[in-house]
Order: sequence, then C-alpha cells, then structure tokens
Amino acid sequence: MSATSRDVWIYVEHLRGTVAAHTYELLGKGREIAAGLGGRVVAVVLGEGARPLVATLGAADSVLCVDAPAFNPAVPEAGVAVLRALAEARAPRLVAFGATSVGMDLATLLSARLGLPLVVNCKDVRLEDGRVVAISQMCGGKLLAEVEIGGAAILTVLAGAFPVQPGMSDRTPPVEAIPLPTPLEGMSSKMRRLLEPEPGDVDITKAEVLVGVGRGIQRKENLALAEELAGLLGGTVCASRPVIDQGWLPLNRQVGKSGMVVRPKLYVALGISGAPEHVEGMKDSDLIIAINTDAKAPIFDVADYGAEADLLEVVPALVEELKAGCASAA
Amino acid sequence: MNIAVLLNMVPDLVEDLEIDASGTALDTQWMRYVLSESDEHALEQALLLKGRLGARVTVLALESGDAEEALFSSLAKGADEAVKITGVSPGHSKRALAATFKEALKNMPSDLILTGVYAIDDLDGHVAGLLAGMMGLPFVGVTRSVEPADGHVVVQKELPGGAAVEIEVGLPAVLGVLSAPQPPRYVPVAKIRETRKSRALVERVTAPVQPDGVTIRRLFKPEPAERATMLEGSPEEVARQIAALLRQRGLVR
Ligand SMILES: Cc1cc2nc3c(=O)[nH]c(=O)nc-3n(C[C@H](O)[C@H](O)[C@H](O)COP(=O)(O)OP(=O)(O)OC[C@H]3O[C@@H](n4cnc5c(N)ncnc54)[C@H](O)[C@@H]3O)c2cc1C
Ligand SMILES: Nc1ncnc2c1ncn2[C@@H]1O[C@H](COP(=O)(O)O)[C@@H](O)[C@H]1O
Repeated sequence: MSATSRDVWIYVEHLRGTVAAHTYELLGKGREIAAGLGGRVVAVVLGEGARPLVATLGAADSVLCVDAPAFNPAVPEAGVAVLRALAEARAPRLVAFGATSVGMDLATLLSARLGLPLVVNCKDVRLEDGRVVAISQMCGGKLLAEVEIGGAAILTVLAGAFPVQPGMSDRTPPVEAIPLPTPLEGMSSKMRRLLEPEPGDVDITKAEVLVGVGRGIQRKENLALAEELAGLLGGTVCASRPVIDQGWLPLNRQVGKSGMVVRPKLYVALGISGAPEHVEGMKDSDLIIAINTDAKAPIFDVADYGAEADLLEVVPALVEELKAGCASAA
Repeated sequence: MNIAVLLNMVPDLVEDLEIDASGTALDTQWMRYVLSESDEHALEQALLLKGRLGARVTVLALESGDAEEALFSSLAKGADEAVKITGVSPGHSKRALAATFKEALKNMPSDLILTGVYAIDDLDGHVAGLLAGMMGLPFVGVTRSVEPADGHVVVQKELPGGAAVEIEVGLPAVLGVLSAPQPPRYVPVAKIRETRKSRALVERVTAPVQPDGVTIRRLFKPEPAERATMLEGSPEEVARQIAALLRQRGLVR
C-alpha cells in the first residue's frame, strides 16, 4: 500500500437510485475532519446506476465512481474487491461507512483484508493534535468507549450522529470514473436479485399514533394489551426486532434500522430498551412516552415522558382510564 | 455438509455494567454473560440446515462457565459436537477473538462457518466479517435466511425498510447471521442438565493471539442531554398522568 494520504473517504450508500441520508451526515463531518488533517473529502460511489448520483455529492472535494453493469456493492465480496483496489492505490487516512447492513459488512471485511484498524458504531469523531478520536456506542447504548487511532483507519458511524445540512451542496464535484478493477464473474458471491418488502396489512409510516412493543411484552398473548391500547388511541401496534423475530408480528411492523423509520404524533414504547438500532427508527416522533422496568434503559434518553414501571400493570390501568374517559365524554 | 457455529458470550444487560479501576475495561468480577443474541440465531440457522441436509454441526466457544452452559445447551438443541477453546484470553478485542477462532478452526474443515453478525460489545469490529477476511473466505453478513443449493448457498441479506438482496455464495464461506427464518428453538433446562451428564465437550488448546487494533482511552456511561420527565407513583397513578397528558395534547378525548 502506498504512503497514507490525508484524505477522508466517505462511502456513499444508495438504494433504488436514492442516496441514504446518513451519507450526507458523513460528508459534512468528513469536511471538518479532512480540513483538520489537511486533506480532501472523497466520496466513493459504487454500483450499477451510481453515476447519476454524483450530482448530489457536491459536499465532497471529488468523487470516485465505479458504475458497472450488474455490480452491486451490497454483495460484500464485490464491494470489497473494488474498495480494496482503490484504497491500496490511494491510501486514504480514514474510510467512513454508515453503520448499516451494507456498511457493516464492507467495513469489517475491508478492515481485515487491508489490515487496517476499525472502530464500529461511532457516534462522534474528532481530531485531537492530528489524531483521530472516536466515541463508539456499546451495549445497546449503555456504554461509550473513547478510542484513539494513530494512523489510517476505518469507521462505521451510527445514523443520526451528525447534521445532514453541512453535507449538502449544489456544486458539481469533479468525478473520476473508474472501470471495475476485478471481473465479477470470477467471484464466488453473485448478486441474484433485490427482494422488495412484502406489502403488508398496514403502513406504520402513515400512522399518527403507534404503540411500540419490545421484548418486555414477554409473551405473544400480551400483545392483546397493546392492541387494545392502540385501538383506544386510534393507532397501530408496531414492534422492536426481537418481537418480529419471534414471529409475533409481521416484518412490516418493525421499527428501526432494518425496519421502518416512523414519525408519528405519539409513540408509546412498551418494554423497549432503546437500542440505537431501534431509536434510529422512532426518535423523531412528536411525543414519546416510554414504560420500562429498568430506570437506566436508554429509551428514557429519547422519550419525553417515562415511567419506571411494569407495562403489564400500567397498560391495563391506562386502558381503564381511557375507557372511563370515553364513557364520561359520551 | 460440515457447519461450524461460533459462539460469543456478551455482558448480560439486565445487570448493571461497572467500569473497572483502569477505566478502560468493564469490571468482569460480578459480570454475568449470556450468549450473544445473533449467535442464537446463527445456531438456529445451522440446526435448520442440519434438519434439511443432515449437516454436521459443531459449535465452538472460548472457555468460561457461562460458555459451557451455552455449549451444552447447543448440544441439547441438536448440535453434534461442542468445542471449548482454551489457552487464550483475547480481552475486549474482536480482532483477537476472530484470530482465535481462525486458529481453532484449523484442521477442522467446514463448508459453512456461521456466527452472529454482531455482538453488543463489539468495538474494534464484528467477528464474522473479520474472520472471513482473515481466512480469505467469501462472506455475507446480516443474513435473514440461508438456503442450501448445489455447491453453494443462497442467502438473503437484509437491507433497510424490510428489503433484502439475494446472493449466491460459493462454499466454503463465512456468514454473519442476524436472524434465522424462525425463532431460536427452546430447550428445557432439564434436558440441558441431562446433556451435561451424558455428553462431553471437546477441548482445543489454542495459542494466544496478540490483541492489536485500537487503543481504548476510557469507557464511560452516557450522560443524557435531556432525560425523559419521569412519571412517579403506582401503575394507576402513572396511567392517570399519561391519560391526562394525552388529553391535554388532544391525542384522546
Ligand atoms: C444490523 C442490525 C439491525 C437491527 N435492526 C433493528 C430494527 O430495525 N429494529 C429494532 O428494534 N432492533 C434492531 N436491531 C436490534 C437491536 O440492536 C436490539 O437488539 C433491539 O432493538 C432490542 O429490542 P428490545 O428493546 O425489544 O429488547 P431488549 O433490549 O431486550 O429490551 C427489553 C426491555 O424491556 C424491559 N422490560 C422487561 N420486562 C418489562 C415489563 N414487564 N414492563 C416494562 N418493561 C419491561 C427491559 O427492562 C428492557 O429494557 C438491529 C440490530 C442490528 C445489528
Ligand atoms: N447500497 C446498496 N444497497 C443495496 N442495493 C444497492 C446498493 N447500491 C446499489 N444497489 C442496487 O444496485 C442496483 C442499481 O442501483 P440504483 O441505481 O441505486 O437503483 C439496484 O438493484 C440497487 O438495489
């Protein structure tokens, strides 16, 4: 690998022709870090259909683009083959990915293949005397680690860590279009197709009131409680991942990183710990009320109101209270 | 088909986490460990493949009391062999853990290596992808299903919003499982106890690996910028306050 440059590379994630919002967060932060290092921000956009996306990457000083038929960087082997070839030739100081399904795979594999250190799930990155310092979020948001990186490194960064605005620009950046450095045919992983989510009974992104249930609901039968509450509030029940994984609710009710991003007027979080992957999907709700038996649950950091209480006690009481209210209003 | 499943023990978040005197590590003295959630799904995925193909499933974990429980529980669920790796302590480093698994997998030919795609205490990487990179094997992470085919597997890798990409992966390969197509099977405690009596763990001594990677300056607990306004009192009192809030905001009549 050539001598390390001062450049900061931002991996541009896109799906169905749209660049993911967290990419702009990274571009904005990348500008600040690159300025401190005396280097440039380089956006790296890969995959079939990548070329037209360059127009949206004006916050970068330049863009590296590999757009080739049938090339999908969500196939880790394909994405990493290209990233590795680019990085070995140009030696970026930092390569930042979103801590997403695609970003996690690429960052980890690239780090092992290049032998570069990696810090995952960063929620802040800054420079101190030319050294990169990152804050990584661990243990479902209950712990933070401050780590220092001397030389070149790879980071994955949580969505929502930085503002989007500094990463937006109308200017058209210079692009270097690069042919695929390795043929896809020789690889042992092959992209077959994109599977779209199955259309479900309800679209939780349109609901004005959501009652979110987490593992604290404990058993499938208890979902009836949440359904009754949602009914009284004119809302819909949604869930965190473990509830969906149990098969208690369909996939289209999942809120969070691999589910839906929702923004209802009211989000009631029942027995949800508030892991970053869940919070990412509901933090912008107008009013968040959380019920959790653990006073230290990170959900209370995003909720407006909270109660350290058993949902199996509070929900029935709330249902009674709301029913009584309806009766007296009638 | 030979399938290796790598198990990672992680801090049980039900307990309070304490930081030790060095300020750079968790105080492990009283810490309870549980099997990492995505590893539970990796094991389930392996057992589903075993059911379909008659695959041979070997589980591996680093020696510890809590890990033994996970290994016996895996045997009780249907794994064919359980390997306890001794002689190492990779500390917090997932790179060191991946290197340890790589050593332990030597002379253990596997068509598929399955492990969870992440663990809650990951900091310097995620084991699955690191291991694949170190072993020079193909890798797909964040899988939600793995279907066997001729000389390869077809996996679904999750994307945001419930979408997925379907990828054909040649074997041998490493997969980072996020969830199995069905919930991890349950095994009664009595059956695990029985397994402890009737089965033995295979021990594999591995040379220590040099933990490399990033320097932890400090661990700390987040200070919430704005914490929720906490509603106090009995469940009925809490319910009354919530109802009042909702009425006040016009969210209910
Ligand atoms: C790539 C990736 C994608 C992911 N995508 C998502 C996603 O889209 N959505 C998502 O939600 N997660 C996602 N996750 C998983 C995420 O990391 C967490 O594991 C998950 O959000 C935890 O769900 P939970 O809060 O329901 O469960 P837990 O973290 O187990 O929390 C349960 C909570 O319930 C409380 N509780 C228990 N009993 C009661 C009771 N009787 N009354 C009140 N409270 C009680 C407990 O105190 C605890 O805080 C993803 C992870 C990865 C790696
Ligand atoms: N980051 C990504 N994650 C998943 N699929 C991607 C990604 N980038 C590109 N693709 C796929 O590549 C093809 C063309 O991309 P696009 O032009 O963005 O629609 C489509 O099949 C996309 O699903």
